[in-house]
Amino acid sequence: MVHLGRRRHQPELVVDESNALTQTSAPTRRAKSGPPLRDEKLKQRRAETRTGYIFLLPWLLGFILLTAGPMISSLYLSFTNYNLFEAPKWIGFENYTKLFQDERFLQSVKVTLTYVVFGTPAKLIAALAIAMLLNSKRRGRGFYRSAFYVPSLIGASVSVAIVWKAMFGDAGPVDQILSFFGIGLGGWVGNPNMTMPMMVLLTVWQFGAPMIIFLAGLKQVPAEMYEAAEMDGAGPVRKFLSITLPLLSPVIFFNLLMETIHAFQIFASAFIISNGTGGPAGSTMFYTLYLYLRGFGDFRMGYASAMAWLLLIVIGIITLIFFKTSNNWVHYSGDEK
Amino acid sequence: MTSTALKTPAAGTAPAEPAARDPKSRTILGRSLKTLLFHGVTLALVIVVLYPAVWMVSSSFKPSSEIVGNAAIWSENFSLNNFVKAMDGIGGVSTLQFFGNSLILAIGSVIGVVLSSTVTAYAFTRINFPGRKLFFTLMIVTLLLPFHVVIIPQYIIFQQLGLVDTFIPLLLGKFLGAEAFFVFLMVQFMRNLPRELDEAARIDGAGHVRIFRSIMLPLMKPSIITASIFAFIWSWNDFLGPLLYLNSPEKYPLPLALRLFVDQTQSSDYGAMIAMSVLALLPVLLFFLIFQRHIVEGVSTQGLKG
Repeated sequence: MVHLGRRRHQPELVVDESNALTQTSAPTRRAKSGPPLRDEKLKQRRAETRTGYIFLLPWLLGFILLTAGPMISSLYLSFTNYNLFEAPKWIGFENYTKLFQDERFLQSVKVTLTYVVFGTPAKLIAALAIAMLLNSKRRGRGFYRSAFYVPSLIGASVSVAIVWKAMFGDAGPVDQILSFFGIGLGGWVGNPNMTMPMMVLLTVWQFGAPMIIFLAGLKQVPAEMYEAAEMDGAGPVRKFLSITLPLLSPVIFFNLLMETIHAFQIFASAFIISNGTGGPAGSTMFYTLYLYLRGFGDFRMGYASAMAWLLLIVIGIITLIFFKTSNNWVHYSGDEK
Repeated sequence: MTSTALKTPAAGTAPAEPAARDPKSRTILGRSLKTLLFHGVTLALVIVVLYPAVWMVSSSFKPSSEIVGNAAIWSENFSLNNFVKAMDGIGGVSTLQFFGNSLILAIGSVIGVVLSSTVTAYAFTRINFPGRKLFFTLMIVTLLLPFHVVIIPQYIIFQQLGLVDTFIPLLLGKFLGAEAFFVFLMVQFMRNLPRELDEAARIDGAGHVRIFRSIMLPLMKPSIITASIFAFIWSWNDFLGPLLYLNSPEKYPLPLALRLFVDQTQSSDYGAMIAMSVLALLPVLLFFLIFQRHIVEGVSTQGLKG
């Protein structure tokens, strides 16, 4: 769909540019003495521009007032001491240098990175594995797909966080089931070593959305390719490595990028499960939770802004790395997406 | 591809091979065995994946004493007591009120998102004006922007305007197309609509407003439905926004009310807490049952998150 759209759009873009060219070079010479047709055209272009901006106005307002403006002011605030009640006081890089001596900040970085590094790949592997399992013309496929998608739909909600906490609590159902198999671990919620696995399980549980995207990608892989490989004696592993993975790489790229960016921003579940404290022992002190506590608990808005900008920079760098390295492992072949 | 190249020596004998090599998939028995195995494995997975959701629903009917430390789904003592208690609400505010607040926010979001994203997408796809490409690029960049970068200044702005503890900070962004995902969704869809239609209308003398209203909007129906569903669900589940902006319990939507519930009951009344969690998810699950096809399509073609 994306591809088709771009292709059909292409000729129109070319037309745009040629229009713009004739428009900027010709009218200056001919505007006064030229035929009335030219004047008419110029007027039309102006009206078109005006209409364009009228249609764009809501978005433009939102962009300036709610995105660009706040971004610039949070950059400014990150160099100040500001508590919402007194005027911001410029302190240079102090917030940034203080961050790296702040134990709780460093803890939040550690917690968040652990979560991203373990949770995202695990989620995507689960998504791909189950997408491949479902990628057949068997009956019931639609039902299974919907069933696996349900956690993605509700997983980030407060309700599920409450249920997760109850399930992984002391003598909760999870502990009971595990004990039945002889691997009783006690309650996960109160154990600083077990809260991270619990949070990772919560994100892996929501593999349904990337799974559906993988399924759409798998549908594009021509069956003849597998048949040809089978004739040549390729086994399932070989077929997976040489056909499925390369052809799916654009979809893997998309999922990996989106899920990684998303994982950095986990908030509600961590907030509910730890009751807004990040405990026990700071084991659920996620980056955004600490940012919230600093900004809206202690009203250290400057400090929290510095945190926000660091997050933006890190996400920006990761996005850049993804795009730069994508040439080496993402294959955009022929008519693929 | 590479595997084909690698095994060229064998290629000569290839045509005869598949039948000989893979006889079990040729027989009916083999095939139905495979199907059986597929359904067995997949069903087992479905049970594991849906267990937390099923446990949640079943717990909401159990007495509190049977919830903690009970992995079983079935109970002899199922009753509606928890729901009766959950409907009482918390902090002097009834649950119906929380529902109402959630509903106002969700419906407001849907209206705002649909209006702003269709209008913006029309500007991006159907009108030629200088600066269009630049703004389009900026819109794409905001797709990847973490929300947390802007929350502090946004809060300061709304605080200074005296709009904290109103719904306006939660809805304004939706009316101004600040959720770029929806704009992107509409742009993708609009690009695939044939231009001949609006060109014909232009020749007949219709202006952009007319074309947008009478030609584009009706054709956009599928993507408007998709956007509405996701705007509704996202608003319904949103926690951070209401947490930042709403202070008085009578304005709380369900997720915030739930948090209040957790704070005040602290495991003493697990039953009512879980019942309220179920109630809070009910509309989302209902939406999913009704609009399944649209949701799955939205995810697979646009990469929308659930």
